[in-house]
Amino acid sequence: MKRLLFLMMLAPVLAWGAEAGYPLDRSPHEPTDLVSLQSGARLFVNYCLGCHSAQYMRYSRLTEIGLTEQQIRDNLLFTGEKVGDMMKVPMGAQAKQWFGVAPPDLSVVARSRGADWLYTYLRTFYRDPKTATGWNNAVFENVGMPHALWSLQGERGYDPEKNQWTQITKGALSQVEYDMAVRDLVNFLVYVGEPAAIKRKTIGIVVLLVLGVLFILTYLLKKEFWKDVK
Amino acid sequence: MTSRLQALWGWFDSRMPSAAEQWRIHAAEYYAPKNFNFWYFFGSLALLVLVIQIVSGIFLTMNYKPDAALAFGSVEYIMRDVPGGWILRYIHSTGASAFFIVVYLHMFRAMLYGSYREPRELVWLFGVLIYLTLMGEAFFGYLLPWGQMSYWGAQVIVNLFGTIPFIGPDLALWVRGDYVVSDATLNRFFALHVIALPLVLLGLVVAHLLALHDVGSNNPDGVEIKKLKGPDGHPLDGIPFHPYYTVKDIVGAVVFLAIFAFVMFFVPEMGGYFLENNNFIPADPLKTPTHIAPVWYFTPFYSILRAVPPLFNSQFPGVLAMGVAVVILFFLPWLDRSPVKSIRYRGGLYKGWLAAFVVVFVLLGYLGVKPTTVWGQFGFEAFFLDTRDVATWVARLCTIVYFLFFILMPWYTARDKVKPVPDRVTP
Amino acid sequence: MEAPSVKSPIFSRRNFRFHKNSISMSDQAKVDKTRRNLMVATSVVGGAASVGAAIPFVISMWPSERAKAAGAPIEVDISKLPPGELGVFEWRGKPVWVMKRTPQMLDGIKQVDGRVSDPQSKVPQQPDYAKNEFRSAKPGLLVLVGVCTHLGCSPQFKPASDKAEMGADWTGGFYCPCHGSKFDLAGRVYAGSPAPINLEVPPYTLVSDSTLVIGEDKEKKGA
Repeated sequence: MKRLLFLMMLAPVLAWGAEAGYPLDRSPHEPTDLVSLQSGARLFVNYCLGCHSAQYMRYSRLTEIGLTEQQIRDNLLFTGEKVGDMMKVPMGAQAKQWFGVAPPDLSVVARSRGADWLYTYLRTFYRDPKTATGWNNAVFENVGMPHALWSLQGERGYDPEKNQWTQITKGALSQVEYDMAVRDLVNFLVYVGEPAAIKRKTIGIVVLLVLGVLFILTYLLKKEFWKDVK
Repeated sequence: MTSRLQALWGWFDSRMPSAAEQWRIHAAEYYAPKNFNFWYFFGSLALLVLVIQIVSGIFLTMNYKPDAALAFGSVEYIMRDVPGGWILRYIHSTGASAFFIVVYLHMFRAMLYGSYREPRELVWLFGVLIYLTLMGEAFFGYLLPWGQMSYWGAQVIVNLFGTIPFIGPDLALWVRGDYVVSDATLNRFFALHVIALPLVLLGLVVAHLLALHDVGSNNPDGVEIKKLKGPDGHPLDGIPFHPYYTVKDIVGAVVFLAIFAFVMFFVPEMGGYFLENNNFIPADPLKTPTHIAPVWYFTPFYSILRAVPPLFNSQFPGVLAMGVAVVILFFLPWLDRSPVKSIRYRGGLYKGWLAAFVVVFVLLGYLGVKPTTVWGQFGFEAFFLDTRDVATWVARLCTIVYFLFFILMPWYTARDKVKPVPDRVTP
Repeated sequence: MEAPSVKSPIFSRRNFRFHKNSISMSDQAKVDKTRRNLMVATSVVGGAASVGAAIPFVISMWPSERAKAAGAPIEVDISKLPPGELGVFEWRGKPVWVMKRTPQMLDGIKQVDGRVSDPQSKVPQQPDYAKNEFRSAKPGLLVLVGVCTHLGCSPQFKPASDKAEMGADWTGGFYCPCHGSKFDLAGRVYAGSPAPINLEVPPYTLVSDSTLVIGEDKEKKGA
């Protein structure tokens, strides 16, 4: 217990060390861009959902980003799920054997990690023969996950000391196209993290307008009554 | 229509005249000083937040599951699947922080104008009890989302009790009901959060208000308005709470709700201070997050805990200092020996100490959310430096000032140069 | 100055005493009118805002997305269901009965036309395509929600062979153990039963001879 207290005192120190790592790029995602969200959804289902779940997210909810139920059925459902189902992993348990740890659920990853972290992380995988998967990451050192999008980005090398990137093999996308794809994916993850966020701001404006009117009225009423007080 | 309503009211009133009597005592004929300023909004706002928290809490309880395996998922279920659920959750999470903001400002008002002084000592004591209960309520509630911060925050704070000599370890075990924070802990914290402490809180609020309305409100001038009464027997400087302060407090409530709504709808996480990033990771008993700090409203006291170095190989002195830092508030009415109540008529000595107190309280709060390395290290070694973290030493200095503010109060308030207090309130 | 009156405390005149001596009576009337108007306006907007604030609380008690997803249509394989036997499936947490009725069973239904209370199914307890003699889209196939229309128990299947228990004229049907309601093999309630109306026919679609979708109409599909 004393050790735990000690750890608690020390923890912020450790955090400081971890935070001072690879500089994060600002994520250019745009939450109102439906095309980007749809492309992100497709990338997510094709490249992430094999191992990672988004178990609090329903497929049917994707109608919010402009897809019809039929489109969801045709483009995003592969293994006989229903449209009302959660985005769960078909094989779950196997992944833990492959990677040592269970791949985390991604429902709220954008809320715990932040969009900038995700945007940088997904673009900084590099080849590293010293790790079990043959992949490493500049943001998340010794990450257990291999580069799931490598066929798009191609293989890259990185020298942490010189902070130098080298392209080893070409991917299906150019660097600009790849950045755009990651932007779409991050956009989708941010949406999945809080699907209500789109509606939230609209409702907020209405609420503030109503309170503004109420403020004027109550203020006038107060002034009227306080005329009595000398 | 009107006569029907009057007849109905007459029927009711003749059977329960105490309803109208209560209204008369606490509103229509409760004479409050007419010179309340901005600082006097926070009492009614605290009551408003209490109502908001109780109502939103009831509706959250309808869908929340106090089960270690289901809790995290049930919160996300509320955020996504329950119609309007995300609004309820953001109301409650924003309300928690709003409660402390309002209560801190309300307490500071009492310190500005000496509202804890005779004859209002009981009002203050009930108020500090409300504050203590609120801390408990917030602590128990914070475990419920069952995220990493919930889990490790509870783990660390329960272990603080474990440092109490002799009974500590057993006490911590008894509070948890398990060897670590677990399903049993979650279940009992849920019971305390949704039933036990809200009941205590409501009872204390009633006591706080009854005590206040018996002696009457203080005011920014710190003069007793009851001393000068008009021919009608009411204080010359008093106005009936209703309608004057009801219409005024409603304006305050609308402004407060607008700020509340802005946070809720546009920045519900408030940069990670109202909803912390790490709390979006489900609780994992095997992995401590890299940066754990309590929620912002506890951080001044957490800083004091961190600032005190371990003595005799025990963390208990730090825990004790933290406890005393809160408990010392109870003694405020008897520590203040000034002949005047309000800051308006106090001398520079008290003003200086109060300013220093505010600065160190805010500074301690700030340092509590930051790692101790936030301001780097001293560039030299010395035998007395057990740590070279600048921030730790600043926190130690602040802790000393915090306690001196209270300990030296009888001395500096008594010898402060005060200005003459007028008989009537000033406009 | 008036003496305070204890009665009618909420908006008593006494509260306005402060300006009484300082302004004239006509001004007084004007002030009161402004106050009344402002009070009405504030109450109206404040009331509307309160109703608005109540919305999230009220709607949070409607079925959630999870409940709705669980209530989604189900697909049932009926190819292995033997004629004359009852298949029970769960839809929205309720039992749904499916039975391939034999020609004898259909005959039995015709025989009891005079003894059931709503032989033409006039009460809307079925989709339009089941508002007919046998209360089904295809005469042989029975699809019913197996919940008694009296107080919600689930009745039991009693074939025509149960004459010893159900009476010599029993042609097959359902019997509710809770309060003794009787239904024929089309779910029509016998006159004199506690249950007031026929059993409910859920919306359904016969996709093929072997696949039945319960909970979704052919017309509404894809909507």
